[in-house]
Amino acid sequence: MQKLKEFFTGHKKKEMLDDLLHTESAKSIIASLICILGGVLVGFVVLFLIALLTPNIPFSDAFRGLLIILGGPFASGSGNVMMILGDMILEAVPLIMTGLSVAIAFKTGLFNIGAPGQYLMGAMTSLVIALSIDTTSFPAFFVWILAFLGGAVTGALWGAIPGLFKAFLNVNEVIVCIMTNWIAANIVSWVFRENQQFVNVAETKMNFVKPTSKNGVMTWRMGLDKIFEGSNIDCSIFLVILIAIGIYVLINKTTLGYELKACGYNKHAAKYAGMNEKRNIVLSMMIAGALAAAGAALWYLNGKNDFHWDTYQSLPDNGFNGIPVALLASNNPIGVIFSALLLRYIGKGGFNLAGFTSFNEYVSNLIIAMIIYFSCFSKFIRDLMDKKRKARLEKASLAAASVGAGGSGILPEEEEESSNDSSEEENKTSDLGGEEE
Amino acid sequence: MIFLLQKTLVYAVPLLIVALAGVFAERSGIINIALDGMMIFGSFCGAVFVYFCQSGGAFRGMPQVLFLLALLVSGVAGALYSLLLSFASIKLKADQTIGGTALNLLAPAITLLLVKVFLQQDKLVMPKDLDYVILNDNLPGILRIFFDKAYLSTYIVIVLFIALSIFLYKTKTGLRLRACGEHPQAADSVGINVYKMRYLGTTISGALAGIGGYAYIATAAGGTAQGTVAGMGFLALAIMIFGNWKPIGIALASLLFGFLKCIAPIYAILDLNGDGVYFLKELGLPMYFYNMLPYVAVLVVLAFTSKKSRAPKAEGIPYDKGQR
Repeated sequence: MQKLKEFFTGHKKKEMLDDLLHTESAKSIIASLICILGGVLVGFVVLFLIALLTPNIPFSDAFRGLLIILGGPFASGSGNVMMILGDMILEAVPLIMTGLSVAIAFKTGLFNIGAPGQYLMGAMTSLVIALSIDTTSFPAFFVWILAFLGGAVTGALWGAIPGLFKAFLNVNEVIVCIMTNWIAANIVSWVFRENQQFVNVAETKMNFVKPTSKNGVMTWRMGLDKIFEGSNIDCSIFLVILIAIGIYVLINKTTLGYELKACGYNKHAAKYAGMNEKRNIVLSMMIAGALAAAGAALWYLNGKNDFHWDTYQSLPDNGFNGIPVALLASNNPIGVIFSALLLRYIGKGGFNLAGFTSFNEYVSNLIIAMIIYFSCFSKFIRDLMDKKRKARLEKASLAAASVGAGGSGILPEEEEESSNDSSEEENKTSDLGGEEE
Repeated sequence: MIFLLQKTLVYAVPLLIVALAGVFAERSGIINIALDGMMIFGSFCGAVFVYFCQSGGAFRGMPQVLFLLALLVSGVAGALYSLLLSFASIKLKADQTIGGTALNLLAPAITLLLVKVFLQQDKLVMPKDLDYVILNDNLPGILRIFFDKAYLSTYIVIVLFIALSIFLYKTKTGLRLRACGEHPQAADSVGINVYKMRYLGTTISGALAGIGGYAYIATAAGGTAQGTVAGMGFLALAIMIFGNWKPIGIALASLLFGFLKCIAPIYAILDLNGDGVYFLKELGLPMYFYNMLPYVAVLVVLAFTSKKSRAPKAEGIPYDKGQR
């Protein structure tokens, strides 16, 4: 409060703003913004180069392309902005979940590259449950709950496999995850090949499972479809935000979360401190698996999304994209929400780009890739900011000292004191920031 | 049976060389999760080279020369692409997993973008009249495995594999490179330039991944570059861990994996002992079972052999001179 008051009365405004900008979280945000800016800039340069090299694409298209990408869903120009916006939010839902899955595994020092497999297993289980229980005799709401939980549990069990291999057999989790991904892809194809009653033959699309709405199982729309007219958006976004907050609390405020993180920092130290590091590894992978699978369940229980079952040769993008989502958010569960939304925002921009210019949607993938690439410099950027600030403060105190040495009387001494004060304050805020982390 | 072994080589060769690519990066201390991206980018550049040579009429009637040049181009492209990773992780001390993931995302994006803008296609199909395959049906039994229905890339990869394994284990530079992956501070203390060694490891890694990528799309994938190598890069990563970061282990692992992997596409026409009975087809198991087989087998083998597995100690940790 005191600080706020000081800030608004204008006394030492500049210094306090400086302090504010150098708390850990503020630095992270600034570094992220620089990364995003860098990614967009590279995307623009690529657009420009392409326009330069191809005679039939005018230069103005490069600028227009940039504006469209930046505009995301808003750049569609026609009246369906709300629809695209709704779709964007809906598409972010599974991404947030797989992002959380990868993030929590990272916190335990595990690289969950198995999210695609967990996602597929979750999708399969929840679709089978949602389509096979007769909703005329059993309320659709309970079928939904059952399908959602069934998917999550399957994902947890599937995620437990790499966890068990890692904990008890010392097998690198990356290799087990990659193997289980492809095994999952084949199991899913096998199950639906043998159970053709789930396959949508009524429509002209090939190899798709019936949408769950055929059985009356649909996620509650909560009136959102009225706001975002034409979109299939449902209430799952709120559920996902709640889950993200839950994971944040789990990691930062509970004993289990503390143990998981301890295992991530140093497995042997955690064991020495009396933690059951094997249990923690398995548990972390199970939570990760459940999250990825629940993301798939939410996506397909929407009721309008088709599942391509003949998937044995490819893995779902939503699974792999959990990795960049988590990395961009530096594994912060709350940050995952924003990074998933950002990825879909740029994705929608790319979609519009393909519609309005001679470029195509892959530009947005390029920009996303470059943002991730720059985000690995975020530590570098943060260090640079620290270094610059240190130099500036040193210069200031040096100047103050020289004034103190040169002049005589009471005034310079006071100045010196105040500069000391501010540096103390800086220490305090940075400590606070560290604790928050 | 001979047909099966010929197919095994086709699948095993790209895995072999890309897994070795992984070894070079990781033994020097850089986690190279971007093998997939390097394969995609390298193979794409090779495919573009072939495409323009074909449409320009260069090297007409000399498919093997063109193949060799395309492999070279892919290798150079892969090496250049890998500089993005080594610059970030060595110079800027960035997180190697993040950098690698970014490169994996970047490669398909940039290839598909360029193909679509410049050629108005979704994939780059190399012309079919270009036939790389070497046919020698009249050879006796065992020789046919290596010299009939074979590809030039098979020989090049085997030679490269042996030469580089010797380089890694029997030369001074190889020893230094491995030291940087185990204990860079100790290596530095005896005057080895850790940064240079890591650049070397990653660049060789990129070149090999590019070559492997082109070997894959030109042989097993039927001559199409479409911004994906069907997860071969990740499989190679798994093979590298499976082979315990050692060339001999990798060779055995990729042969086993290639053998099991090539059963699935051909099991229906596979006549194991030549008596006209299609044994595997008559078992009545679906294709998915055979598809799963290599992955399950790897897990089973790992479960029994894993205790000895050990990654290079310093991999993934940026080297900082000031640290001890």
